[in-house]
Amino acid sequence: MKICYYPGCTLKTKARNLETAGIEAMRALDVEMEELERWNCCGVVFSLADDDLLHLLAPIRDLIRVKDAGHDKVLTLCSMCYNTLARSNLVMRDNEEKRDTINTFMEEETDYFGDVKVLHLLNFLRDEIGWDKVKAQVKVPLKGLKVATNYGCTLTRPDEVGIDSAENPTVFEDFLRALGAEPIHFPGGTDCCGTYQVMDNPEAADDAVARIITSATDYGAEAIVSSCPLCEYNVGKRQAALLEKKDDLKELPSFYLTQLLAVAFGADPESLGFELNHAGSLPLLKEKVLK
Amino acid sequence: MSEAATDMQAKLIPIFIMGKKYEVPDSLTIMKAMEYAGYQFIRGCGCRGGVCGACGTVYRKPGDYHIRVGLACQTVVEADMYLTQIPFYPANRSAFEFEKTTGEPEDVFKAYPELFRCVACNACTKVCPMDVPVMDYISAIKRGDLKKATELSFDCIQCGLCATRCMAEMAQYHIAQMVRRIHGSKGTPNADHADTMVADIKAGKFNDELADLKTKSKDELKEIYTSRPMEPAMADEFWKPDHE
Amino acid sequence: MTLKITDVSHDEEFMRKLQEISGEDVSKCMQCGTCTGGCPMTDKMDGTPRQIMLLSHYGMKDKISADNTVWLCATCNTCYARCPRGIEIPKVMEAIRQLKLRENINKVEPNQIPPEILEDAPQIAIVSCLRKNTS
Repeated sequence: MKICYYPGCTLKTKARNLETAGIEAMRALDVEMEELERWNCCGVVFSLADDDLLHLLAPIRDLIRVKDAGHDKVLTLCSMCYNTLARSNLVMRDNEEKRDTINTFMEEETDYFGDVKVLHLLNFLRDEIGWDKVKAQVKVPLKGLKVATNYGCTLTRPDEVGIDSAENPTVFEDFLRALGAEPIHFPGGTDCCGTYQVMDNPEAADDAVARIITSATDYGAEAIVSSCPLCEYNVGKRQAALLEKKDDLKELPSFYLTQLLAVAFGADPESLGFELNHAGSLPLLKEKVLK
Repeated sequence: MSEAATDMQAKLIPIFIMGKKYEVPDSLTIMKAMEYAGYQFIRGCGCRGGVCGACGTVYRKPGDYHIRVGLACQTVVEADMYLTQIPFYPANRSAFEFEKTTGEPEDVFKAYPELFRCVACNACTKVCPMDVPVMDYISAIKRGDLKKATELSFDCIQCGLCATRCMAEMAQYHIAQMVRRIHGSKGTPNADHADTMVADIKAGKFNDELADLKTKSKDELKEIYTSRPMEPAMADEFWKPDHE
Repeated sequence: MTLKITDVSHDEEFMRKLQEISGEDVSKCMQCGTCTGGCPMTDKMDGTPRQIMLLSHYGMKDKISADNTVWLCATCNTCYARCPRGIEIPKVMEAIRQLKLRENINKVEPNQIPPEILEDAPQIAIVSCLRKNTS
């Protein structure tokens, strides 16, 4: 099957490992991810000011492109993009006044009514593929690799777009189990990594990340998996610098969910962009899973 | 007046230059109409051929809220147009060090971080007199696709109208120019035949020919020039001049 | 903290604009403190989310402006997910930020971000930082 794919800016550069692994893994499930031909940055955060319509234009424009391309569903790999697209979509579906104003303003675009279904890889796999089918494609089971599930903020909150319960989600754990890994459900699983505070208030972000890593390792995790490029940046890429500052933290190799999926489906790990991950990630896989 | 003369007399239409009404012939371009009305251009006028970007003009028609644009040298006047020119609009230009660039998108991110304020409002695209997809090329730059941004921004004539409308307060055309420069220089492969040619010249391959030409008279040079081998209009890519 | 309430301590214009921009009724807040309990950024905040809700309720614009609280908010929505009164607290935070930003005072200027960070950070970090801190 073909599905319309919205990458998001980061997945073409800093997070291209998330994309490469995703496209490869989906092929094994007979899903061809067809990238939207003409797309713009979704704006990353959903506009929270009630009188602000300007910042809704970017994500809604992308949803219009999805419809213009003849699709009624769009798949994202980046959870922040998922959240922004999904929340903006609801405004167009439910708020008649805002919908009319935005449609009138974007006179150069087709009118849109919030009827595209926005999907993240996790709920796509759970709801449209099914864990049984995922399990059936596993050629290299992740042999009980203890992986902490880092949901982050944007997959489960707020309720109106959450793909699972905000307090006790299970979708990421089900995902890992289907791949043969041992999911580590830990209290910090839905904690915030600090997101954009890393730019302006890095110490605050560091504290948030330290809490996540401590909680995960306390519960026995040997690795952590994320679905968002910003989580991966804060928890994975910046980890080495953080460990220098807080030497009581244990090292925790980090993965993107698509990388684990692709490895489990038998893809060549060297082609999955691990050079962009935490330095210990590929060696851990080689040691525990790939031998 | 004879019939022929009245037939040839152009119809006069009203246009409003910075709010003041003038009657001008309806076949003139905005630029010629402004000169007809007595304005003398010392700014906001350049090639008069639609490629230099000096004469960006913004106009409106009564009863219509839309903002319309055009190049004064290319756009024919319309009755009741209310126009002004934007010969200059302040735009931030980063003093980046070309030698230090690598051709990677991060060069542009560091030189113009304001580009991340883009909200995809499309006001820039709508105001471009050359139909350049400005929002799309900024989008391409944001995701690191310098090649696409180079292709999309190619027709830009640096008129600056996009910058006047940008809500993020960036100067799109300066950013695109940086992209084209670094992508062309460091992102695309070098033309090998250019290097070969330069080496040939330095090795003196053309010295004899040049020395010979210097001895010719003006008429002889004209003759050589007009009878030189020229690529036929329908030649294929394998065509070469006879004497190689 | 003790708040001195007088006949002039509340800024009515601020309260009205806060309601308009956020769309939330801050008087619903019962000061239970659950928001503060789940907030990942309280360590570095001057005032906690609960305190900001209280100050908003009393229209104490100056006290709110003096705090770094709203600028440390990471919009993680944990408070919203847990608030027993269903108040979308992130919207209140955004409204307070907007009231400052719309005076044309940016909290972060793009050219103040160190080049190493612009080189290293993923685009989503830069875009969202500028969305929250500039107008």
